[in-house]
Amino acid sequence: MTTVPARPSHPRSRERLIRGALIATALVYVLVLLVAPLAGIVYYALKAGLGEIGTTYNQPDIRHAFYLTGIIMIVTVIVTSVFGVIVALVLARDNFRGKALVSAFVDLPLAVSPVIVGLMAVLLFGRGGWFEPFFAAQGIQIVYALPSMILVTIFIAIPFVIREVVPVLEELGTEEEQAAWTLGASRWQTFRRVTLPNIRWGLLYGIALSAARSIGEVGAVLIVSGSLQGQTETATLYILRAFDQYQDQQGYIVALTLAAFSIVLLIGIETLKRRSTRRAR
Amino acid sequence: MAGATIKVQGLTKSFGSFRAVDDVSFEAAEGTITALLGPSGSGKSTVLRMIAGLEQPDTGSVWVAGEELTGASVQDRRLGFVFQHYALFRHMTVRRNVAFGLSVRRVDKAAQRERVDELLELVGLAPFGDRYPDQLSGGQRQRVALARALAPRPSVLLLDEPFGALDARVRQELRGWLDHLHRELGVTSLFVTHDQEEALELANEIVVMNHGKVEQVGSADDIYNRPAAPFVAAFVGSSNVLKGVVWERHVHFGHSIVAGAHAIPDGEEAVAYIRPHDVQITEDPGERSFPVAVERRIDMGWTSKLHLRLEDGQPLVAQLPNEEINGVAAGQNLFANLRNPKVFPRSRADEAAPASDEAVPVAGESSSVGG
Repeated sequence: MTTVPARPSHPRSRERLIRGALIATALVYVLVLLVAPLAGIVYYALKAGLGEIGTTYNQPDIRHAFYLTGIIMIVTVIVTSVFGVIVALVLARDNFRGKALVSAFVDLPLAVSPVIVGLMAVLLFGRGGWFEPFFAAQGIQIVYALPSMILVTIFIAIPFVIREVVPVLEELGTEEEQAAWTLGASRWQTFRRVTLPNIRWGLLYGIALSAARSIGEVGAVLIVSGSLQGQTETATLYILRAFDQYQDQQGYIVALTLAAFSIVLLIGIETLKRRSTRRAR
Repeated sequence: MAGATIKVQGLTKSFGSFRAVDDVSFEAAEGTITALLGPSGSGKSTVLRMIAGLEQPDTGSVWVAGEELTGASVQDRRLGFVFQHYALFRHMTVRRNVAFGLSVRRVDKAAQRERVDELLELVGLAPFGDRYPDQLSGGQRQRVALARALAPRPSVLLLDEPFGALDARVRQELRGWLDHLHRELGVTSLFVTHDQEEALELANEIVVMNHGKVEQVGSADDIYNRPAAPFVAAFVGSSNVLKGVVWERHVHFGHSIVAGAHAIPDGEEAVAYIRPHDVQITEDPGERSFPVAVERRIDMGWTSKLHLRLEDGQPLVAQLPNEEINGVAAGQNLFANLRNPKVFPRSRADEAAPASDEAVPVAGESSSVGG
């Protein structure tokens, strides 16, 4: 090691100043953009007291809205995680023509506005749409009904599991899987006992993001659902209506519920992960 | 645990336009240790992976215990495989790693426990059963990998550069330990290595590969003392390469000659391979010796390397015990006599250029001179 010649200024104090400024910027950014709005919602939601929360939760249209949001979230999470893992395995393990294109398409939902996603669904499944005659003949209504709401939500939530799992798979490599095969494990046993445990944190994180995104979706769902109160109105759509109809209090309570759910989900997974990795060390 | 014979016939495999393995045939007898020795890129690992079923050959067949396995799945072959980088299941304890091959075959729990205990005892890791792989040293991990591969009682054990990722001391230790283990279990073992010393020490039989082809199959003695091809002479035991012209069964270079050019016609160019410890240094000229200049002496403890130069300018490296070359120093003009030269026609020697330059033990550069 050669010694660095002393600089004319005081590098130590300047270093500290720069670091302090960066920390302050990060803190202000997070506080203003994330914590402040959240605190605002908490404040307004709880302003009228806990009793108001009870009556809000007992309103039939709000209950139905939560129920719809829950169904959409569950179906979305199942579909995006099952297919997400399959797509991630293909992207990480196989080489084929057009792989780069598929990989780029996976990110498409992040780039396209949800409103446009909703419009595309209406164009495909709505009156005069390409697929409408087929489903009409089966007596299945897609647009202005649950199927299209689930469909657009899945579309929007596609990237999360894939983007979380692909890098984990790439880092993992294939040697452990090959070792499992030589020990007699079938492909399914290998996936369940070797691959899945190794990708589980990436997958869970992807699922959490997928779930959070699906309960928060509003634009696409608004366009395809028609937002019929008590029928195709999700929790987020209810919030929109609540503010339209000067029911701010209920709106804040529902918003807080959704936000709390997502935050608890993410923090819960992070905590589990830390506890588990600490045990494994 | 009885062993089984491994036989491969005409194995060929190309990756794109690159022929990685070209018509490879050999047999590993029941209960023996066989080494697949060659430089990196010589196709030896691909052969091993084809035997295991991890790669499919383009043509050729694989037989174990008289049964053809060429089309069988990896799972159905039931061969033990040890990977260079261990490939332990990182989310499982040592015990669960070792038990894996038993539990996927639904062996009952009590029998699993018994077998795992037995193997952990065998590999000397009984106290480490509840650790995770990242809590073990490299040598310990490789022993876990071995125990895991042996747990389902395979008749054949395939090892892909098993000690390649370990440091020299641990490698030496594991080598002795594997030899011992093999004596105890008698499972037919086939291992891939680029380390000639490892192959010479461990294997009953060595298959030397280069450019996807088998150059020679034989015992350590055959390979070392009777190389069948210029590549084998150059690769096994680091060799000096001297080029000259044949006249009356001797290779002539300048005023120097070596014997051994038996089947080569007069006037043809030839190459003689001479091991550094087969160079004899004398102060006085003898019947067969010729003058050399000492350019450099490197003392390596109980031996020294002498960098010599022949009259016609070709370099020659000798490595000899210090007690034999007391007083020899750079700048002296002495005489050399070359024993055990391996002579091949120049045309064959040129073909034998190894697959990758990195793995050729250039005389005087290799760490394992003299085997």
